[in-house]
Amino acid sequence: MTTKKTETKSITPTKGAKKKSKNDKWILRLYVAGPTPKALTALKNLKEICDDKLQGKFVIEVIDLLKNPQLGHDDQILALPTLVRKLPAPVRKIIGDLSDTERVLVGLDLKQQLL
Amino acid sequence: MKKIKENPETTVLEKSPTGIQGLDEITGGGLPKGRPTLVCGNAGCGKTLLAMEFLVRGATQYNEPGVFMAFEETEKELTTNVESLGFDLNKLISQNMIKIDHVFVERSEIEITGEYDLEGLFIRLNYAIDSIGAKRVVLDTVESLFSGLPNHMILRAELRRLFRWLKDKGVTAIITGERGDETLTRQGLEEYVSDCVIVLDHRVSEQTSTRRLRIVKYRGSSHGANEYPFLIDDTGFSVLPITSVGLKHNVTCDRISTGVSRLDTMLGGKGYFRGSSVLVSGTAGTGKSSLAAHFSDAACRRGERVLYFALEESPAQIIRNMLSIGINLDQWVKKGLLRFHSNRPTFSGLESYLTVMHKEVNNFKPRVVIIDPISSFIIGINELEAKSMIMRLVDFLKMNQLTSFMTNLSSGGTALEHTRIDISSLIDTWLLLRDIEIGGERNRGIYILKSRGMKHSNQIREFLLTDQGVDLLDVYVGPEGVLTGSARLAQEAKEIATQTMHHQEIQRKKLEIYRRKKAMEAQIAVLKSEFETAEAEALKIIAIEEQATKQLAKDREDMAKTRKADAPPEKVNSKKK
Repeated sequence: MTTKKTETKSITPTKGAKKKSKNDKWILRLYVAGPTPKALTALKNLKEICDDKLQGKFVIEVIDLLKNPQLGHDDQILALPTLVRKLPAPVRKIIGDLSDTERVLVGLDLKQQLL
Repeated sequence: MKKIKENPETTVLEKSPTGIQGLDEITGGGLPKGRPTLVCGNAGCGKTLLAMEFLVRGATQYNEPGVFMAFEETEKELTTNVESLGFDLNKLISQNMIKIDHVFVERSEIEITGEYDLEGLFIRLNYAIDSIGAKRVVLDTVESLFSGLPNHMILRAELRRLFRWLKDKGVTAIITGERGDETLTRQGLEEYVSDCVIVLDHRVSEQTSTRRLRIVKYRGSSHGANEYPFLIDDTGFSVLPITSVGLKHNVTCDRISTGVSRLDTMLGGKGYFRGSSVLVSGTAGTGKSSLAAHFSDAACRRGERVLYFALEESPAQIIRNMLSIGINLDQWVKKGLLRFHSNRPTFSGLESYLTVMHKEVNNFKPRVVIIDPISSFIIGINELEAKSMIMRLVDFLKMNQLTSFMTNLSSGGTALEHTRIDISSLIDTWLLLRDIEIGGERNRGIYILKSRGMKHSNQIREFLLTDQGVDLLDVYVGPEGVLTGSARLAQEAKEIATQTMHHQEIQRKKLEIYRRKKAMEAQIAVLKSEFETAEAEALKIIAIEEQATKQLAKDREDMAKTRKADAPPEKVNSKKK
């Protein structure tokens, strides 16, 4: 629990993962307001999805706006929790505790569009 | 029966002054402090400007910093937009008195994946408020969130929470919202923000648009409940409260000259009362503006300021036309004693014009206000509105003890004592200029219909515009009625001729008498000289006779002597006998 209160925390996966694209890691920022249940759920869901789909090519930063309110300004954060995909471009915003995996994948552009 | 305990500490609702001219009067001190106020209206009503002015004046006049959360415009756009009101936002931002936060909500960028709340907004707002210690907050306009975030239930719950949070934070907030069809705001914000609700309206009637403001609700305070017109110009908002607070204006007994000395005489010898309302009516071309020019000239000569509202002519034209009757208004304009304001009322609507007049009077601080002509205020068939406006204007001027001079154009067919706007009861002194048509020409006559509080002449005088200004002459009332113009001149000539004739007659008679006198005197002289001659002759004869008698006596004596008469002649005489 305590670890999640830190300003930024990156989780780097084990090496030896498949390279998905020429670009490097994905940078994902999760904005929360303290260790609320929604925040914890979101982080848990996020880790699962990333482990599943990105296989290590990612960096998750958890930003606690209660500690640093001004950091939400650039990304125009209103709703919490919000996941912002900083890299690869374009920037994508996903609101909610990420329980709806399908939508998360659509939002992150990870899902193949079904016809 | 229980006795109701009275709360010993009754708290009065504290108010946060807006600094907006007129609004503080209507609300009884300003917006409710520490509570949110809802400002709603259609597009282009001025909600953002009102909110911004509230913040800016809070920062500059009341030393209360403010935060502006903009959901629609960016910081740059806002700064540029309010520059036209004369607010320098950049300076205030650099002084940390105002903070603008643009919240950008783009629907397409957002994917909703589960439960969420709007804590981010709270944090952001909180941060902004704390960073400058803001006491005033504006949210403009929260309804943008409704289009950005799909789940309205969460949104509404969060908004309710937000307004409660704002109250707890103790900031005075303005929330703006778009006008809805049936509800006050499109999204029904008035459910949550209901301490004070102000509605702005932008109405078009008879092709002129007026902006109006109305306080629909103000919990905990009395407020003006009518619709008040307001203006947005280069100094910001101005709301015009209705000024008729009862007819309790002070009066003075000072009199001021009308500028035409003969007219002063007609008005009890001294002219108009200071602070009274004067009306000059007449048909076209009778010289009303000329009287106005005389009055301004006289006032400027006394060093008083004159504000001239010219509703039909341009100032340059007025100055040129008055030069032709010998009044130089340009010199007073140059000295800053006379100011013209010329705009047709159709340009901005009656209420806006009234607000403009208020502003001008407050800025220039004149002692005389001239409105030429008030009949311009009738646009279409709005006589009632025009009357109400003029009533308010006259009230306002009287409260400030300003003398008002108005001219009114009467249309030819109506009776002259009837003004289309029917304001005769508001007027203290009423001069009438009428045309007198006789013998193939029109001349002007002036008479005083009424002048409250003073003795005035009831005579019609002939009104002439000469090179030296306005001149009033006696009219002749002859067997044909009033004679003016050339008929008067003819009559005058006739009378002069008659007089001359009499004069000559008298002269002639005098001459005759003189001559007769002279003749008589001559005759007397002749008789006298004759008499003198005769007298002289008679005297001569008498002298000769006397001489002769003497001589005789002497001769006798001598003879007696020679005849040796010793005896005295008496004895001889007696002896001899």
